[in-house]
Order: sequence, then structure tokens, then C-alpha cells
Amino acid sequence: MTAETDTAPAALAVRRPGGRIDAALVTILAGALILWFAPVGMGRYGTYVLTLWLVMAIAVMGLNLTLGVAGLKSLAQAAFMGIGAYATGLLTAKMGLSWYPAFAISAVATFAVGLVVGFPALRVKAHYLAFVTLAFTSLVWLFLRNEQWLTGGTFGLPNIPRPTLLGTRLDDALSFHRFVVVVTAALTLMIWWLMRSPWGRAFLALRENPVRAASLGVDVRAYTLLAFAIGSAYGGMAGALYAPLVEFIDPSPFAISASFFLLLMVVAGGSGYLFGPFIGALLGVVLPEWLRFTGGLYLIIFAAIVLLLLIVCPKGVLGLAEQALGAVVRRFRRTS
Amino acid sequence: MSAVLEVEDLHKSFGGIKAVRGVSFSVRKGEILGIIGPNGCGKSTLFNCILGQLDPTAGRVRLNGEDVTGLRPSDLNRRGVGRTFQLLQVFPDLTVRENLILAGQEHHGSMIGRLFGPRDAGLTASADTMIGFFKLDHLADAKAGGLSYGQQKLLDAAMAFMAGPQIVLLDEPAGGVNLTMLASLKERLRAMNEELGATFVVIEHNMEFVMSLCTRVVVLAEGAVLAEGTPAEVRANPAVMEAYLGH
Ligand SMILES: Nc1ncnc2c1ncn2[C@@H]1O[C@H](COP(=O)(O)OP(=O)(O)OP(=O)(O)O)[C@@H](O)[C@H]1O
Ligand SMILES: [Mg+2]
Repeated sequence: MTAETDTAPAALAVRRPGGRIDAALVTILAGALILWFAPVGMGRYGTYVLTLWLVMAIAVMGLNLTLGVAGLKSLAQAAFMGIGAYATGLLTAKMGLSWYPAFAISAVATFAVGLVVGFPALRVKAHYLAFVTLAFTSLVWLFLRNEQWLTGGTFGLPNIPRPTLLGTRLDDALSFHRFVVVVTAALTLMIWWLMRSPWGRAFLALRENPVRAASLGVDVRAYTLLAFAIGSAYGGMAGALYAPLVEFIDPSPFAISASFFLLLMVVAGGSGYLFGPFIGALLGVVLPEWLRFTGGLYLIIFAAIVLLLLIVCPKGVLGLAEQALGAVVRRFRRTS
Repeated sequence: MSAVLEVEDLHKSFGGIKAVRGVSFSVRKGEILGIIGPNGCGKSTLFNCILGQLDPTAGRVRLNGEDVTGLRPSDLNRRGVGRTFQLLQVFPDLTVRENLILAGQEHHGSMIGRLFGPRDAGLTASADTMIGFFKLDHLADAKAGGLSYGQQKLLDAAMAFMAGPQIVLLDEPAGGVNLTMLASLKERLRAMNEELGATFVVIEHNMEFVMSLCTRVVVLAEGAVLAEGTPAEVRANPAVMEAYLGH
């Protein structure tokens, strides 16, 4: 990378395992604290949007690992979210299981399905992988819509209960929001940990130069599959939070368009950056809410804004911020 | 002396082009074998077939007597075969030390163990030893992308040794390296050989480099072995002179 990255603040530069990454840790903890108190005075709906943002950020974080770190363009993330949401919905609403085991089962199941779907990633590359994952997303969506006996079909799955904590159900918006803040912080810390570990170094090497990486003993197959499966599990876990958040799910939010949308959020936020998904999901969740007054036009306006953003900075919002901060730091150094 | 690496009647065609046509040779432990030949005679293709980067059309490759033909590059590496590529390949975003840690980490423990183990996979000390060995001490924390070409070449070679391989195949380690750096590279490789008993195969166009470093030389021409012998024997061979002058 160029000189810009050398002078960028460490919080942004988590692409590099070599830097002082503790700034990222501080950001995660401070962010969690702020988000814990953020909804005060916001009302039910504002709190709901904030929670939805975090849930989407988890799904985008997973795709960010798949795409931004391991370089795999997957269009299946919405399907994994759907699997997680339906698994949790069915296990809790229909089978009376508590949310916690349902969440764990959703994570393990989507990890396993991710391993299976990831296999084509080893054989086919780039746009072929997009086709494979696209087919998978359609398949999952069709299943959710047609297998009415299990999923409720287009009528959906109602009455999904919220998790219980210390004997009380988190039925009010604020306490569920805080629950999601804690889970999101934990999942972000896990990615932070992963990227600092030798695995993070191997993922980076794979993205930069897979041939050289293999010649140094990096098992391209294993790491590629793992990146895909972990990314999928994040989709599943996001779904497991989404179901109790909305309390009613139908197949529509897990369609192909949603997979495209999630991919857009990764790129818009800055693919490969630790905090890129939060920016991307913010654009994807909050911006449409703000644009709601425009009626049916808001999706078009949103798409145009994202497109414009990508023309201005192909490395996403965080890529742009990194460049701008780098420039400021350099000017500051020159003058002082 | 037993052979570490044996190549037997190796062939490789790209469509109609026969890049390698029946090459056989073996490398003994502790040897520095040179491979020379005109541009396009199939040296890099031969390496890539040995190292699993390309599938040979025919032929066998054996490591310590065991057939390893067609193994994946990462598996071969983990069995103790290191390499460099003709084009420089370091990871520019990682520091010199991180590049070396990456080069060693997959050889230690299990994948799960590495995930929960220390961030440097316990390799900082051995990376620093390697850094000292290749005299890159002052650059340990510098980004590899910021190093000079020659320094990157040294790092590239050092990475191939990081996992303590049985044998290392170097494709034009001296290419594009200036004279001072060349002397230092040669000195490092010779020290590796004498102090650690490392075995090498070196592709090189620089005759002075090959003749002074290698214990034995294989000459390729048009995909086949033209001559084989000590540097002095090869230099005295009229067919070798002709092959080189003919190009
Ligand atoms: N992937 C490929 N597809 C088609 N032809 C190839 C391929 N790789 C090499 N060749 C051809 O095979 C022949 C041998 O190439 P190779 O790179 O092995 O030569 P070399 O001896 O390493 O040359 P140099 O000294 O220039 O590095 C050349 O004719 C080359 O054009
Ligand atoms: Mg070559």
C-alpha cells in the first residue's frame, strides 16, 4: 500500500495486523458504551432502527470477512441470515426452546452450510462463485416460501419471543437493544481477535498473493473454506437476532436483492476494514429511514447515493476517511 | 549420500509447446545444484512442475524416495520444500518480521492451536534470528514494500528458509540485484549451506554467481538436459558454449 496507510490512525488500519491495533479495541468498547445509552429519549421506533442497524452490521461483518479479507464475492449472505432467522424462529416459537441454544444452533448450522456452499469457491472463482451463491440464495428463498408446513410460507412465522435474561423477557425496545449491543460487541471482538491471530495473517496473505501464500505452507483450501464458513455463521447469528427483533418473519427480507444489498454495504463501508460494516450498515439501514419521506423514491435515491459514493471512493467511506486523515496528518507533520 | 530430491523423466507441454522434454536429475543432501540455460529453455516450468504449481504432463518427482508428484504446493512446503519465484514475491503490507512469521507459522502446531495461541505463533525469536542471518536487522519493523529491490530479494530468500526446509529451490535469486547485494546474497546462501547444511537448487543467469556458488551444474537447452557436471566441467563443455552463443 502507499504512504497514506503509513500515517493513518491505527483504528482505521486494521487491515494490517502489524499496527497498534489496541486503538481498535478501545473503539469497540467505547462504541458499545455509547450505543448502550444512545436510545435514551429516542422512542420505540428510533430504538428499533438503531438495533436493526447493529443486527445488519453483524451480517455485513461476516460478508466483510468473506469478501474483504478472503476476497470471495458471495451473494449468499441474505440466505444465511434467513437460515439463522428461521432456525431461531422455529426453535423458539414452535418448539419452545430458549433463545440461547437456538442462537448457538443457528450459528453452528450456518457455519456447516457455509462449509458446504464454500466448496465451489475452491473450484470456481470470481463471477462463477457469484452464480453459485446466487443459485443458493434462490434455493433457500424458494424453500422458505414454498414449504408452508414448516416455515409458514408467505404468511410468515409470527410470535417469535424475545430472549430472557435473568428471568425477565426483554420485551421492551431498550432492554433488547442493550442485549444486542452486548452481543454485537462480543462478535466484533471475536473478529478483531481473529484478524490479529495467525489466521488473520494467513487470510491477508491469501487475499494479497495466494500463490506465494501456498508456497509458504498456507493451506489455501482450508483457509478459504473457513473464511466463507465463519462469514456465513455471522449471517446466521445476525438472523438469530433479527427474528426476535421483528418478532415476525417472512421470506421477503432474505431474497436475492437483500444479498446484493448486503454486498453493497460491505463495499460502501470499506471492504477489509474492521469498522467498515458499521458504516455500510448505517448507510443501508438508517439512510433509507431518513429518506422515507420521499415515498417510493427512496430506494432509487439510496442506490444513487451509494453509487456516487463508490465512484468518489472505491475503497468505501473508511477508505476515504483513511486518505483524508493521512493527508491531514502529513500536513500537520510538515508544519510542525 | 542419499538423494533428497529426484526428478525422473519429467515432461510438460503447453498445448503444442513442449517446454520440458524428459528432464532427470537428482539432488544430494548438502548440495548446491545450479540450473542454467538460455531464456525460455524451461527452467521455471521445471521448477513449477516439481513444486506442484503446474501438473507435469509425465514424469515423477520424489522427495527422500517418496513419490510427491502432483502434491499441492502447500503440502510440499509443509514436507520441507521451500522456494522463491522468479518474480519477487514478498507481502508489501506486512513488515519484514511479519513476512517471516507468515513464512513459518503454518509449520507449527495445528490450525486450532494457532487460532488460540500467541499472535506471533511463537516465532518472533526465530524470525529475528533469520533477520540477523540475512543482515536485515535495521529493517525488521519496516514494511516490506518500502525496502529496496535487493533487500526485498534477500527477504524473499529468507522467507523460503524460515520453516527450516530440507531443500530450497531458488528461481533467479540474483536477478536485478546489484553487485554489493549480490556478494552479500551469495555469502548468506553459502553460510546457510555450510552452517546449517541446507540443500539448494538455484536457477541463475549470472554465470559468475553460479560458478562460484554451486557444487554441480545442470545445463538445460530447449527443455532437455544438455550437460551436467562440476562448474569447471560444464564451462569446458563445447556444447554448452554453443547453446549459449546460439541464442
Ligand atoms: N503458462 C504457460 N503457458 C504457455 N506457455 C508457457 C507457459 N509457461 C511457460 N511457457 C513457455 O514454456 C517455455 C519455457 O518457459 P520458462 O518460463 O520455463 O523458461 P525459463 O527457462 O524459465 O526462461 P527465463 O530464463 O527467461 O526465465 C517458453 O517457451 C514459454 O513461453
Ligand atoms: Mg524462468
